[in-house]
Amino acid sequence: MKKIDIAVVDYGMGNLRSVSKALEHVAPNKNVLVTSNPADIENADRIVFPGQGAMPDCIRELDARGLRSSVMHAAGNKPFLGICIGLQMLFEHSEEGDAAGLGLFKGNVKRFATVDMHDENGEKLKVPHMGWNQVYQNRNQQSEAHALWSNIEDGARFYYVHSYYVQPDDTSIIGGYSEYPQQFTSAIAQDNLFAVQFHPEKSATAGLQMLSNFVNWLP
Amino acid sequence: MLAKRIIPCLDVTDGRVVKGINFLELRDAGDPVEIAKRYDDQGADELTFLDITASSDNRGLILHIIEEVASQVFIPLTVGGGVREVEDVRRLLNAGADKVSINTTAVLNPQMVQDAASRFGSQCIVVAIDAKKVDNQPFEWEVFTHGGRKATGLDAVKWAEYMAKLGAGELLVTSMDRDGTKIGFNNPLNRAISNAVDVPIIASGGVGNLQHLVDGVKEGGADAVLAASIFHYGEYTVKQAKEYMQRNGIEVRL
Repeated sequence: MKKIDIAVVDYGMGNLRSVSKALEHVAPNKNVLVTSNPADIENADRIVFPGQGAMPDCIRELDARGLRSSVMHAAGNKPFLGICIGLQMLFEHSEEGDAAGLGLFKGNVKRFATVDMHDENGEKLKVPHMGWNQVYQNRNQQSEAHALWSNIEDGARFYYVHSYYVQPDDTSIIGGYSEYPQQFTSAIAQDNLFAVQFHPEKSATAGLQMLSNFVNWLP
Repeated sequence: MLAKRIIPCLDVTDGRVVKGINFLELRDAGDPVEIAKRYDDQGADELTFLDITASSDNRGLILHIIEEVASQVFIPLTVGGGVREVEDVRRLLNAGADKVSINTTAVLNPQMVQDAASRFGSQCIVVAIDAKKVDNQPFEWEVFTHGGRKATGLDAVKWAEYMAKLGAGELLVTSMDRDGTKIGFNNPLNRAISNAVDVPIIASGGVGNLQHLVDGVKEGGADAVLAASIFHYGEYTVKQAKEYMQRNGIEVRL
């Protein structure tokens, strides 16, 4: 069997083509496999855990394919990158559909308030939070920036599309944040795991740099 | 803070990018993959492809183009034109589109918008609204379909609210009166819709100069501005447009 360098977890929700294309672009010599087979996730060197749509549906489809335990296992023992709902699912609970998540991290997934969110010009802020926003790398908590921020400017813009955001109980895992208009957590980092709310696969140069950093990351 | 987006629009027919005035006098503007790469290099925030291919024989071409673009350009891609059923949405997403824009079908079968949003998520469902100012209705702007030829009797502002409620994650609002005229967006229309919904709106139709983009954001309340001809024929680059917007106090990604 061919060695799997990077497995992209496919649980039937949304479009994984963008993620796999971007990984192939930054790592042309790596074997990138989009898979819903738990054995592939066990065997792969690195895991990308994406997600689109509603979190309750994502959890249901993940379980329907028997992927929960292999994803949980991988999140504990090899380089693991969560993207968007793939970040949100790692938490205990989401306001979206009042659903339980995988519970790897303590905390909640909350919805942006739709009322009373305005920018400095008094314009209403829309939900979903859609477009390019600055991401701050939380360097004040770590003396050195995380390896996944290598060669990415602090405050670089990444592409977002989401209505919910994570609120970890343990603030020491916060690896990045953005403002809309309040600060919210846009990246978490712990040991071999890094997970982001934005879409690196759609974030042009900065996003490709992050994916390249992940492919070469030795936690 | 979140940046306002600039979205170049590529009208594609039979595998080529074209641009006309009010859907007439189509001029060839080049190869879609090359043009997409050029706009990405210039700092476009997203790209929109509108498939205006008339014959069903060449419908599959757009899928091939999107596949090509998606393997080389890593910014969000929206594709619209001729999207009739949930299966069309799936095909376009699989080819590499990030969002699919639904226009006439949303009017003929609103349930399809809801079905597509619940299956693929609101984040990838854009409803395109073509509106025209009318004086024979109790409201100001009416929704038109079939490239602006067919009146629907629907109030564009109410329609926008309904589409957002059914699950559209974004609205692309085109003023049929302005499209191709180069006299600026219909800002009162965009402002009315932007105030009525919580989802982002993209202003479209009528851009002739860079001040029009600024006005679209400031007066029209648009979250993103879409333009075609000012970029296709090299009048302005996307970068120049962004620099101009920034000088006028608008947050952009540079």
